[in-house]
Amino acid sequence: MVPVSYYLILSGILFFCGVIGFLIKRNLITIFMSIELMLNGVNLSFVAFAAQWGHLSGQIFVFFVMVVAKLTVFLEQLENDLFELRGDLRIQPGRRHG
Amino acid sequence: MLHLVLFLVFGAICVAGAINLLAQRHPISSALSLVVVMASLAVEYLLLGAEFVAAVQVIVYAGAVMVLFVFVIMLLNAGEEEQTKGSRVALILGVPGVLTGGLLVAWVLIRHSGEKALGLGALPGYPKVIGGLLFHDFLLPFEVTSILVLIAILGAVFLASKPEAASTPTGKER
Repeated sequence: MVPVSYYLILSGILFFCGVIGFLIKRNLITIFMSIELMLNGVNLSFVAFAAQWGHLSGQIFVFFVMVVAKLTVFLEQLENDLFELRGDLRIQPGRRHG
Repeated sequence: MLHLVLFLVFGAICVAGAINLLAQRHPISSALSLVVVMASLAVEYLLLGAEFVAAVQVIVYAGAVMVLFVFVIMLLNAGEEEQTKGSRVALILGVPGVLTGGLLVAWVLIRHSGEKALGLGALPGYPKVIGGLLFHDFLLPFEVTSILVLIAILGAVFLASKPEAASTPTGKER
């Protein structure tokens, strides 16, 4: 039998490791990885609270967090690839009609 | 007892992976330790009974997100990061500050915890029940996330589109 607070403390440790990584890292990819770490800590919090209150909504919300995290990662990597290919991140003006 | 032992073992692996992510200088080592964190988190979810969430965690996070991270790191040849003066300042000031905040949160959690202890597999999350919830009670957020994915795809298509050959803003002003 493990108290809920143990799970929450583990989730907090992961979250704060993510925050520290976000602050001290210079590489953009590593910064995004610490964002993923923060999101994972929050997911553990959701599942622990779902188990505490006997409500499955916590586990459902984990899916939504995962979707948003996946989209964040996708767009960030697209941006990285474009930066490497084009040399800058200037967004080209959109196509004009006519 | 077994629950506590398993929780502590995989919790220690989680924290070790997280600290290794911070301590490593090359991003590929950080990515691999993040995979370790996600796999041990999947075990933690299993200990709480969330079997479907654990499977999705392994498949989506460790299997898709981290694979993409490793792709990007290897494709772009991200090298070791340099240590500049600013990052040293962030290290000296930021780490104790965040640790203080974290210890404060942990202390509040321990003091105000209601002594509710969870057994092994406390809330079973069967796929059938989760599917029922997802498509009945959480249908609106589900559809909204699909629109979010559409927005992301639109953004990606626009960002990656080729620039126009001779599009200069001054040409239209004449």
